[in-house]
Amino acid sequence: MTGPAPVLRLSGITKRFGALVANDAVSLELGAGEVLALLGENGAGKSTLVSILFGHYVADAGSIEAFGRPLPPGQPKASLAAGIGMVHQHFTLADNLSVLDNVVLGTEPLWQPFSRRREARAKLAEVAGRFGLPVDPDARVGSLSVGERQRVEILKALYRGARILILDEPTAVLTPQESEALFGTLGQMVARGLSIVFISHKLGEVLRVSNRIAVLRAGKLVAEASAAGTTEAQLAQWMVGQAVAVPVRRPARQPGDVVCAIEDVSTPAGVRDRLDAVSLQLRAGEIVAVAGVSGNGQVALAELLSGVRRAVSGTVRLDGTSLPADPARWVERGVARVPEDRHAVGVIGDLPVWENAVSERLRTRAFSRASVVRRAAARRHAARVVEAFDVRGGGLLAPTRSLSGGNMQKLILGRALLAPEGEAATPRLIVAHQPTWGLDIGAVAYVQQQLIAARDAGAAVLLISDDLDEVMTLGDRIAVMHHGRLTDARRADDWTREGIGLAMAGAA
Amino acid sequence: MRVEKRLQPSPAALALASLGAVAFTLLVSSVLVLAAGAPVGRTYGLLLQGAFGSVFAWSETLTRAVPLLLTGLAAAVAFRARLFNIGAEGQLYAGALAAVAVGGMHGGSGFAAPTWILFPAMVVAAALAGALLLLGPTLLKARLGVDEVVTTLLLNFIVLLFVSAMLDGPMKDPGAMGWPQSVALQPELELERLVQGTRVHSGLGVALVLAAGVWALLRYTVAGFDIRAVGANARAAAFAGVPVTRTLVLVALLSGGLAGLAGAIEVAGRTSYVTLDMSPGYGYSGIVIAMLAGLHPLGVAAAAVFVAGVLVGADSMSRAIGVPTYLADVIVAVSLLSVLVATLAAQYRLRLR
Repeated sequence: MTGPAPVLRLSGITKRFGALVANDAVSLELGAGEVLALLGENGAGKSTLVSILFGHYVADAGSIEAFGRPLPPGQPKASLAAGIGMVHQHFTLADNLSVLDNVVLGTEPLWQPFSRRREARAKLAEVAGRFGLPVDPDARVGSLSVGERQRVEILKALYRGARILILDEPTAVLTPQESEALFGTLGQMVARGLSIVFISHKLGEVLRVSNRIAVLRAGKLVAEASAAGTTEAQLAQWMVGQAVAVPVRRPARQPGDVVCAIEDVSTPAGVRDRLDAVSLQLRAGEIVAVAGVSGNGQVALAELLSGVRRAVSGTVRLDGTSLPADPARWVERGVARVPEDRHAVGVIGDLPVWENAVSERLRTRAFSRASVVRRAAARRHAARVVEAFDVRGGGLLAPTRSLSGGNMQKLILGRALLAPEGEAATPRLIVAHQPTWGLDIGAVAYVQQQLIAARDAGAAVLLISDDLDEVMTLGDRIAVMHHGRLTDARRADDWTREGIGLAMAGAA
Repeated sequence: MRVEKRLQPSPAALALASLGAVAFTLLVSSVLVLAAGAPVGRTYGLLLQGAFGSVFAWSETLTRAVPLLLTGLAAAVAFRARLFNIGAEGQLYAGALAAVAVGGMHGGSGFAAPTWILFPAMVVAAALAGALLLLGPTLLKARLGVDEVVTTLLLNFIVLLFVSAMLDGPMKDPGAMGWPQSVALQPELELERLVQGTRVHSGLGVALVLAAGVWALLRYTVAGFDIRAVGANARAAAFAGVPVTRTLVLVALLSGGLAGLAGAIEVAGRTSYVTLDMSPGYGYSGIVIAMLAGLHPLGVAAAAVFVAGVLVGADSMSRAIGVPTYLADVIVAVSLLSVLVATLAAQYRLRLR
């Protein structure tokens, strides 16, 4: 590396958890005013490395220097004092406090009799102005959008005098527009002399925002390259260790009968995420992809077609008949459901893998008789799910929360798609909401291929996604949501990327 | 030296943690024994002897364990579903009162029905009284989000005042020389003694069968899955098709019913009438027992015998050596705290570096 002395130097960092080597002699340098991307699949050791850097973990070996001075291990306060600021993927904000409160929280000593609000306010305004991060200091954090909350997190770090900013998967929770805004902000911050470590597993954005890219695989630093002149394919190969087959669009054959039809459906007014007179037809052997900025009614649509939410007006018909809002009935009729939030809604983390693998169908004859669970049959089926969908980690008896995100998603997918022996093999309808959110490349490709395979086997698929690339890759027809309304689902070829973007903003 | 979270709690660490908890409890209590001016070893020896040292000691301990086992089960099953029923004390009294209302000698003889009708009626009435008492707070929680800890706790005081009113009014025993106590149960409705010359009664068998029943329910049935699922993650449970409100209602009926039954069994097995001091806080002790047992129904049986043994043993020790019986409360309280801390601590390890 050329240029000025590094602001941050990691030398030979090694960290073991039992038999697992999370970081294996990782050495890295971060230059002043540089954006360094830390790239790697889930479990590659990115988060561990950052946790060591920030003092949450202590490395088994190796040392860290910030601005030329060694950093004492295991002391988050020392890292803060050395000018290292961290923006976590899951925000650490108090929803019921104001922006100013959140920023000031923890910066004032307890025995200071009065909070120096005026000074704090002035300082916050100064920092916000300097880095181009406008916020309303009196807004309640709970009322802010996800993008704005992230801005508050960044301000929190800057307010504490951070000169090195670590961003952990910052775009995972952002819409495309918010991501764009964030990239602009990063540019401004670097221009003001900040150095940034940008953690991600999205290849495109890594190339886009960083000067230099370090790739971690299985705890080892496998490659370091300048962003200029590196390709996505090259990065993917480093990350996974082999060439990756990215799913390509394969158009559907002639779609079949209408499986599910919703007409003029509205959900209760006043709720933030709602449907307003939405109509949509889903046909066998076809993927309909719904794009849109999240929070525009996608949750309502997914829940409506998962049998969780009721419509106040309009009709919902599955194979010609209407159904009550009872998930068990929908599953029984062949609806495979993949919810948006796998931790909070998809699985019950404390219960073992096998119980989660049959939870949707526990009430059917296959898995219970006279309300006694047929444990042997249930475990056999769970073993089939784990086998067929390659769910790794822990085994059938392990608590489901111990699975990685990708394996959890495979479990949910397997539960939804794999029918018990003796039942129709292919679901009639698949409702998948953000099925690849937060997954690594390998898992993303796997999930997408499963959806395509189910479509080819004759299922109707509704794919709701914030990821425009995913929508355009998989959708045979595409519709866009805005403010609870849905555009017509037109053939994918009839859309342009710009057209979808405009519709997402409500301009079409 | 640093503290780190373990990836998986090790069985050895858990076993060591339990031993450590016991040792710590004895240590803390020893300080109090010394403060009372008694020899520590002899005090513990007497306590142990008074609890488990003879057939009589065992019989007293098991007699005391019966209501504790039932209220412990009531708490365990409710807490599994994250329905925090703090009202077992009130439900126990409601059950006891209902038992006497059905099976008592009102007007000197009571209802003239055959025992095979009256006895089941008495049991059902008691269970129902406890169950219905918890149903209200549960529906308020499910429908309106009212905190059940507050409602069930406060209901205890209302029930006790109601019982007091009944004992001084319509259900007062005219032959009790003015004491606030209810009429007695019809003698045919009382439970049999298991061992002649002791107080231990067939309610013990009922309680053990119920513990096994609750264990089997949680482990082997769809309803048991529903209860555990709702407790672990209600949103995910609802998504998977678990009827959440119906499950909470079932849990309320079960938990309240068990506590109500505890009241009926106390009346039919031990006291034969209701007084305002028939329960020295069995309902609250049930919570302690459920927590000690890690909400496991079979563990509840063991924890109930342990707590009962400490209480009975301390009574006997106190008579012999003059250390106040409050030592029992200290032992139970400290053991709960140290078990909770120890199981938490077992999830971490120390690293020297």
